[in-house]
Amino acid sequence: MSLLYPLLLSSALFGIGLYGVLARRNAVLMLLGVELMLNAVNLNLVAFDAWFADRMHTGQVLTLFTIALAAAEIGLGLAIVLALFRAVRTVDVDEVGR
Amino acid sequence: MNATEVVFVVLSVLAAGSALLAMTSRQLVHAALWLVVTLGAVAGCFVLMTAEFIAWVQVLVYVGAVVVLVIFALMLTRQGREQGSGTTAEVTGNRWIAAVLGVVAAVGLGATTIAGFGGERIEGRRIGTAASIGDALFTDWVLPFEILSGVLLAALVGAIVLSRSGSDR
Repeated sequence: MSLLYPLLLSSALFGIGLYGVLARRNAVLMLLGVELMLNAVNLNLVAFDAWFADRMHTGQVLTLFTIALAAAEIGLGLAIVLALFRAVRTVDVDEVGR
Repeated sequence: MNATEVVFVVLSVLAAGSALLAMTSRQLVHAALWLVVTLGAVAGCFVLMTAEFIAWVQVLVYVGAVVVLVIFALMLTRQGREQGSGTTAEVTGNRWIAAVLGVVAAVGLGATTIAGFGGERIEGRRIGTAASIGDALFTDWVLPFEILSGVLLAALVGAIVLSRSGSDR
């Protein structure tokens, strides 16, 4: 399989995730954009691991670490969003900024 | 273009299309459900890239845990229609700047990868089974793995503390 396919998909997912983070008003959906960008990174790591075929499986092990860190990040991020919602009764980032 | 590449392209189109829907959908829960499609398609891509263990972890952690957590958060932070400010648009006013930046990032990354890795091919010489990944994880990567468990514990304790201190007041 050509290495370009996963890399191009990863680029597209990263761009879409970046758009989501910048354009979404709902803070929870901004976090979804971050998850999408992290998934693009995972795709890149796995693609280069399969291409490089190293003995230590560096890319795939780092992907596992990224997935665990993403789980930690989304847990902490949602806790912060819930605290924000309790404080100001909205998760709209435009209204919170005012 | 062999069969693997055809399946990969189909999964890629599915992943990118549903990602776009997830980031633009006006229905909040629909956005989370479109993300499930994206993450599932990416898991299929992992299988095609001989990373089967990562694919299962992706399904378990992302599709299983993260999306459920997000749907819970969406339901807990639901704003009543009557008390809202009347704005139902789910995107900010600067969405065109955001769209331009997203396209620039995607095109820039894509051009870089095409320029750098144009003719390279994945041969699939080392399959990422659970056994081989576990071997690598518990021999070469033990120290980062243990540090990561500490990070995960700290993050989850922090999440609990953040949630609790809000409800006490």
